[in-house]
Amino acid sequence: MATLPPSPFDRDRRNRRTLVLMAVVGLSMLALGFASVPLYRIFCERTGFGGTTSRAAVDVQVRAAAGHTMSIRFDSNVQPGMPWQFYPEHRTDTVTIGRKDMAIFIAKNLSDRPVTGTASFNVTPTQAGGYFTKIQCFCFTQQTLQPGEEVRMPVLYYVDPKILDDPDNRDTQQITLSYTFYPVEQGKKAS
Amino acid sequence: MTTITADHHGDHAHDHHDADHKPAFFQRWFMSTNHKDIGTLYLIFAIVAGIIGGAISGLMRAELAHPGIQYLHLWAQTMEGPSATMDQAYHLWNVLITAHGLIMVFFMVMPAMIGGFGNWFVPIMIGAPDMAFPRMNNVSFWLLIPAFALLLGSTFVPGGTGNGAGTGWTVYAPLSTSGSAGPAVDMAILSLHIAGASSILGAINFITTILNMRAPGMTLHKMPLFVWSVLVTAFLLLLALPVLAAAITMLLTDRNFGTTFYDAAGGGDPELYQHLFWFFGHPEVYIMILPGFGIVSQIVSTFSRKPVFGYLGMAYAMVAIGVVGFVVWAHHMFTTGMSVNVKMYFTAATMVIAVPTGIKIFSWIATIWGGSISYKTPMVWALGFIFLFTVGGVTGVVLANGGVDDVLHDTYYVVAHFHYVLSLGAVFGLFAGFYYWFPKMSGRMYNEFLGHLHFWVFFAGVNLLFFPMHFLGLSGMPRRYPDYPAAFEKWNSVATNGYMIMAAGMVIFFINLIWSLAAGKKAEGNPWGEGATTLEWTLPSPPPFHQFETLPVVD
Repeated sequence: MATLPPSPFDRDRRNRRTLVLMAVVGLSMLALGFASVPLYRIFCERTGFGGTTSRAAVDVQVRAAAGHTMSIRFDSNVQPGMPWQFYPEHRTDTVTIGRKDMAIFIAKNLSDRPVTGTASFNVTPTQAGGYFTKIQCFCFTQQTLQPGEEVRMPVLYYVDPKILDDPDNRDTQQITLSYTFYPVEQGKKAS
Repeated sequence: MTTITADHHGDHAHDHHDADHKPAFFQRWFMSTNHKDIGTLYLIFAIVAGIIGGAISGLMRAELAHPGIQYLHLWAQTMEGPSATMDQAYHLWNVLITAHGLIMVFFMVMPAMIGGFGNWFVPIMIGAPDMAFPRMNNVSFWLLIPAFALLLGSTFVPGGTGNGAGTGWTVYAPLSTSGSAGPAVDMAILSLHIAGASSILGAINFITTILNMRAPGMTLHKMPLFVWSVLVTAFLLLLALPVLAAAITMLLTDRNFGTTFYDAAGGGDPELYQHLFWFFGHPEVYIMILPGFGIVSQIVSTFSRKPVFGYLGMAYAMVAIGVVGFVVWAHHMFTTGMSVNVKMYFTAATMVIAVPTGIKIFSWIATIWGGSISYKTPMVWALGFIFLFTVGGVTGVVLANGGVDDVLHDTYYVVAHFHYVLSLGAVFGLFAGFYYWFPKMSGRMYNEFLGHLHFWVFFAGVNLLFFPMHFLGLSGMPRRYPDYPAAFEKWNSVATNGYMIMAAGMVIFFINLIWSLAAGKKAEGNPWGEGATTLEWTLPSPPPFHQFETLPVVD
């Protein structure tokens, strides 16, 4: 039942074909490795994975869930070495779920030169991330403060009423919104 | 499994002169295209790397024998001058754990399992004259030399707080980016790039060889399980290593060219690195153990004089382990902040791997059951493998629980777990394979008494070394520190004593190796008798320089 061995010519051609095919597989995985940078960001934005917040347009319509409130805690950080003072006007706030609310953060440039900063953000508990929706935020753009300048920066947000139907958020009574300001350095661009 | 017509054996005896013509020394060893010679080079390389990596773990066990800092500061002063600070000493500790991990994974286990035994026996077992791309095979090996030189060299250049790359084998950002200034980490990353390229080329070579170069009649479902294990491993390498290459390339650009892939300040995310690393890192642990599964399958069958129980189940269990191994990576990241659902998925998916692994363990036992067992040295190592790998597998199921891992993450329990599956699993597989094939590779028998002595001393040593780490971890001792509270002293000193017993076992191994090469009894073509049914035992020991010029026929 043994078949004849393939001629060396056939075998070399088959080997080369397998080589090319496998090289393509390897290169695809390499490409996937790099493609994971945008894919990961999109995945987090869509799913609220790891406490990524959502974003809504200014004219968004939400129905407030009367009688259901959520405590919001504001956390503010500045990267060590950045000459800014940065803090929320109120540490906590209690909002009706589904109602738009505004929080004010205050930033002050303590140095004698203009400093541009950008803020990263996250919420805990992480499973509440997808329900915490921002309409307007100072974190969407870069902020430049002149020497000694102090600004009041608003965040317009609401908690999506769908959170009430999510069994994973049954125990969520407080959502912490955290910001960290980083200096925008020359030559560093957002990826 | 397979019955082989061994009549071609005689053909080789009379064309022995042509088939055994060897090129001159430099051409033979430095420009080699012969799979057996390249396999030998890989094995020598792995032994050298293993001595270095093992010596580093000896340094660590010496420091950890007692609480407080005993030798570390002294070593830092030796390496970096008398003015070395305590911080530099602590950095040296990080360099030691990093070097130990990287050397053992990339320069000891992988070269020995895949490069060494894979090169030597995959072509012979499938009845091929050589690998599909012999010159690429040579490139694969020689890429390892600069890779290893870069890693060792990185120890002597600045890497942040002190000399050397002190990032851990995982090279997590931001420690590896903004936390480690200086060229050491760049050199370590480049070393990984080159070692990775070497492995990818090797993987493509193995896949092509196994898919296209089989002798007539050697269907996929007749291939020995070792060949199956290397085939699955090669696919894992091909799919996982490019992702590591991408991840560490972005580390390099973050370090040197101002990108912010892993830097939150620029909109990046350091956690992305962990996802990419473990997407590679988890298949990597199967890359290290699967060839060991293959080796143990051959040995258990040979010395029980029975075909492997459930051959197809054994082959496809490895395929299943390989496939599921790609979708469980985040169980290394349970403490990064995950929702309950994500944790549940990764817990469940991880536990699923215990099913094909269980199939393998029970099939080995069923192979031994009712067999005509001879307890030759390779067999005792294989039995040791089955026992110790099962212990490591059980602690793996414990750690797979996201909730339990919250407590045990980064403790010595994890260290105990992965050393049971790797240092005791993979390494026992390596020794089993080494003793099994030593007569075939060298043409001489090893010393049976020294082989058994090596096993028992090594077995006692590694268990004393690693089992107490379970207790340390459960009591909360964290990994990666050179110092600990006095309460942990007892089990730490037991572990250090275990290391010394293990090291004594290695001395026995090297004595056996040197004695056997110089004065061992000449080995027959098949020293193991009727249980050894694979094609390598139809050839003389050592095999002729070129084998199978007329292809064997398998029916």
